[in-house]
Amino acid sequence: MFQMTAPPKMTEAEAADLRRRQKGRNVALLLALLGLSALFFAITIVKMTHR
Amino acid sequence: MIGVGRDAASSPPVRSATYPESEVRDWIALLKPRVMSLVVFSGLIGLLVAPGHLHPVLAFTSVLCIAVAAGACGAINMWYDRDIDAIMRRTRDRPIPAGRIEPGAALGYGITLAIGSVIVMGLAVNHVAAGILALSIAFYVFVYTVWLKRRTPQNIVIGGAAGAFPPVIGWASVTGSVDLIPMILFAIVFIWTPPHFWSLALFANEDYRRAGVPMLPVVAGGKETRRQIAIYTLLLVPLTLLPWFVGFSGLVYAVAASVLGIGFLVSVFRVATDRQDETGVSLTNDAPARAAFKFSIAYLFILFAALAIDRFVG
Repeated sequence: MFQMTAPPKMTEAEAADLRRRQKGRNVALLLALLGLSALFFAITIVKMTHR
Repeated sequence: MIGVGRDAASSPPVRSATYPESEVRDWIALLKPRVMSLVVFSGLIGLLVAPGHLHPVLAFTSVLCIAVAAGACGAINMWYDRDIDAIMRRTRDRPIPAGRIEPGAALGYGITLAIGSVIVMGLAVNHVAAGILALSIAFYVFVYTVWLKRRTPQNIVIGGAAGAFPPVIGWASVTGSVDLIPMILFAIVFIWTPPHFWSLALFANEDYRRAGVPMLPVVAGGKETRRQIAIYTLLLVPLTLLPWFVGFSGLVYAVAASVLGIGFLVSVFRVATDRQDETGVSLTNDAPARAAFKFSIAYLFILFAALAIDRFVG
């Protein structure tokens, strides 16, 4: 039988650091998606107008 | 629902016992941005010197796809080499061996970027460029990383072809084909790679030996490596004059290639005549090899920049 052990809890400082890292990744992902959307839009316009 | 509500919001979250949260810079580090810069530059040069016109948006997309594909190769390479990266001093702080990114996540990241870059290149630019891009990724991952790197001291000679593809891809992005000039650019990067990497391998010899990677200095020793560096550089210098010889570029490039070639030969001569013991171990902490490694990077940057400048000036 496996014995379930609770993972260690974080201190407040560690939790704040964790949230800062998560926020950084989320912002980076948002910027990447926005950039990709803008690029696809631009490619579409170029392809449509330069046939 | 689990983890929602006042208690969950106010209580500190539970730490992942195995992998602490990564930062954005770790995901950027997976892409090997320093390697990417030379790849992007050589791809851009291939694109700039090619005859014809490509809309700036599509040119940007092409260079972006080359950059993303190079980054994807870096991520997959770091996933595959995570065991030896943990041993080598130079690489042990990379995100995977340092425990900041899970190996499977790095692999997924690399594969997604690799497939995405090829699809976008094919849809936005052309299928020839996308095909060569896919070939270069497959070559780097399967031929260099998986097959050659840990098996033969010729790993970076044959594997160097992967890094030689970008100018060809840039050229194909504009023309939709491959002819003599991009093949010359390919050959220049291909022959430049051994002296570049073996200079690094000379001063990182101990790292490679400990990790069991059969780089030339580990297998054949410092003396033979210095000899091979000299041979490849002697081959490289006349090769760089080929674009001028076939009439593709003018005097600006020819003079730049000649001066740079002399500089590289001087740098390599210092490597070859470095003070060393009977076994070929440097007595100068491989100072000439370190200098040659740095020079080789600047050499390729300036050489290709001269080619582009010559095309615009001439």
